[in-house]
Amino acid sequence: MELDPLILSRIQFAFVVSFHAIFPVFTIGLASYIAVLEGLGFKTKNPVWMKLSSFWTKVFAVVFGMGVVSGIVMSFQFGTNWSNFAQASANFLGPMLSYEVITAFFLEAAFLGVLLFGRDRVPAGVHLFAAIMVATGTLISTFWILSANSWMHTPAGTELRDGVFFVTSWSEAIFNPSFQYRFAHMVIASFLTGGFVVAGVSAWYLLKGREVEANRKALSMSLWLLLFLAPAQAVVGDFHGLNTLEHQPMKVAAMEGHWETSKNVPLLLFAIPDKANQTNHFEIGIPSLASLILTHEWDGEILGLNEVAPEEQPPVAIVFWSFRVMVGLGLMMILFAFVGLALRVGDRFWRTRWFLQGMRFMSITPFIAVLSGWFVTEIGRGPWLVYGMMTQAQGVTPSLTGGMALFTLIGYIIVYSMVFSAGVYYMMRVLYVGLEDDYDEEPDQAERPKRPLSASHVPFELHEDSKFQPVNHGDH
Amino acid sequence: METFDLTLIWAFIIGFGVIMYVLMDGFDLGVGILFPFAPSEEDRDTMMNSVAPVWDGNETWLVLGGAGLLAAFPLVYSILLPALYIGVFLMLSGLIFRGIAFEFRFKARTSRYLWNWAFAGGSTVAAFAQGIVVGTYIQGYDTANGVFVGGALDWLTPFTVLTGFGLLAGYALLGSTWLIMKTEGRLQEWAYKLTLPLLAAVLIVFGIISVWTPFIDDMVRDRWFSNLSIIWVLPALTLLCAFQIFRSVRNRFEGMPFVATMGLFITAYLGLIVSRWPYLIPPDYTLWDAASAYNSQLFLLLGLLVVIPFVLVYTAWTYWVFRGKVRAGEGYH
Repeated sequence: MELDPLILSRIQFAFVVSFHAIFPVFTIGLASYIAVLEGLGFKTKNPVWMKLSSFWTKVFAVVFGMGVVSGIVMSFQFGTNWSNFAQASANFLGPMLSYEVITAFFLEAAFLGVLLFGRDRVPAGVHLFAAIMVATGTLISTFWILSANSWMHTPAGTELRDGVFFVTSWSEAIFNPSFQYRFAHMVIASFLTGGFVVAGVSAWYLLKGREVEANRKALSMSLWLLLFLAPAQAVVGDFHGLNTLEHQPMKVAAMEGHWETSKNVPLLLFAIPDKANQTNHFEIGIPSLASLILTHEWDGEILGLNEVAPEEQPPVAIVFWSFRVMVGLGLMMILFAFVGLALRVGDRFWRTRWFLQGMRFMSITPFIAVLSGWFVTEIGRGPWLVYGMMTQAQGVTPSLTGGMALFTLIGYIIVYSMVFSAGVYYMMRVLYVGLEDDYDEEPDQAERPKRPLSASHVPFELHEDSKFQPVNHGDH
Repeated sequence: METFDLTLIWAFIIGFGVIMYVLMDGFDLGVGILFPFAPSEEDRDTMMNSVAPVWDGNETWLVLGGAGLLAAFPLVYSILLPALYIGVFLMLSGLIFRGIAFEFRFKARTSRYLWNWAFAGGSTVAAFAQGIVVGTYIQGYDTANGVFVGGALDWLTPFTVLTGFGLLAGYALLGSTWLIMKTEGRLQEWAYKLTLPLLAAVLIVFGIISVWTPFIDDMVRDRWFSNLSIIWVLPALTLLCAFQIFRSVRNRFEGMPFVATMGLFITAYLGLIVSRWPYLIPPDYTLWDAASAYNSQLFLLLGLLVVIPFVLVYTAWTYWVFRGKVRAGEGYH
């Protein structure tokens, strides 16, 4: 089989960016959560908030560190594998990506150090301010990246001359038509991720009977947050979908597995899309519901994939199924948020073991949902790289051979699995040691904000001479 | 409309960023290269502690350089990265390994030897790959119509392997003179002993490169030999710096060897720039050919002017706070 550098480059980019994405999606939500904890602690002076904040700040530091490391590769991928695209779009994407880097550096140099290491060294108000600034900074970073990404979906404010995009209006390019929807959807997704992880970890500690007062508070506030955010995300997602229908109808057709333009389109619950024959197999659907959702009329007409030639259609099956995974997990999130509300009757939400076990499981679902959502939007853009203007095939590096792309793809998979299994393992150690961490007795002279991992002093291995002996707090 | 030549300003910013990166990451990569040869595990702890507080800022310059190149000189980005495809992968992998090893070694006990190897191996691979980048820059790139058209391994030639070893030796020299400045006792003695052989290796490689380069490229030959010009001051200063390193090591000065090594790097770097000026992607494209649109350069410059002073102050402050000697058993636990 001939190795195709285009396919391999797409897989490599998808792998690297997916691996990278799971870290920032968590830190963006967590940063805001920490700011809220700091705010509560500052206002009420209840030490429980500070205990929680101090623990989650450590988690934040480790995840942020992993995000920074995996991000280094990202800033070079455009050039190595997508050099034609990089050259064509640099006038807009270059400044956008650079502003993101600048934001991150500004944040690290100015506020991250105070947040991670300043708890006992600066006044409480200053520490709170730093927490708010770090949270704001992560949102500003999101702003730049999503603006750049949205422009690739709905290019505006630029004109293409001799194969190069020139910016004619910065405001139109930055605030391009899909930006606000994508930004809102992503920020809520980050908050949901932060919320479900905090809730899941707190549930696990509650199951173990560890630090019950603090973890009950953490679970309770996460559940309130999720009760509002999970349904809100469904509404925002709907608006985002309508925006996509307007600008990228073929993506929506792929999401719905909808081949031929028609009215009264059913909402498919199950199907096996078959692009070769331009049809679905084993369809199970609810009549007319897709028409209602997308056009808000029972007999609304929806454009089908047959509007364009098969080679201009995105890959259908993966978009179709990724969308269903995302929506399915989103519905489970809403369900758990409401079950949490119901269990407040009789104050049972922190004592009901099956619910706590369920929340543990739910803590990984936002990551899967976020990646599925990105699969939908990115693969659904195919075959375009800049929608309607530049295809993926035009954007790929001309000198790249299949062998080279395969070499680095395998290479990155090896490097990432080694480095990040160490990272995830260490993360688990930090969670295992938990709020009762007493390693902080040995403050470190060389704690630096640009080395966020130095904020955690948990040892890498479990040791017999370890100061922290896991206590069986009664897991029965 | 275009009152300022922003391209020139950007060339200065990127040029400044590159030398900042080379000097700063240079010494901590150098410490990584020397790491396996240290007299004892305790000395290795001290070596790491000597760079722990400051190595953080160094990748700042690399990432800023990568993003800044895309914004200001996209053609460099879209030709060099494909041309160096495999090399870029090796360099990034090396940097990732050493970065992670750095953090986890401090937290590890029984698995510490693994992180030692990751730190040393990652540093060595990254340094060698960067030396190869320098080599390809002298060698030039095979382009047509603004894209790289050469092969996957064009970057791997006897010449680039030589520059790879050259930078490896150069970074190791920065590392050893850094250790002279920051440590004392047995470790400092060891670093003193290493410095002169490393200096000799660097000078030999520099010498071979200087003799070899004019044969590779006519333009470089004309620039240096067609008429005797002021640029000969640069190699003269390089040799002066080398002599200064030699003299200060013999006299057991502590700070001067490192300062003189930085001088050696800066003058050699300027020499490389004047050899190629104004070509940014030899042999075909100048700074201005490679530049992005005026309003894109301007848009980013505004933000950068705010942040660069901030990064510089932060960097200076970090070095100031952690000035002085690092002793065994201090710092990390």
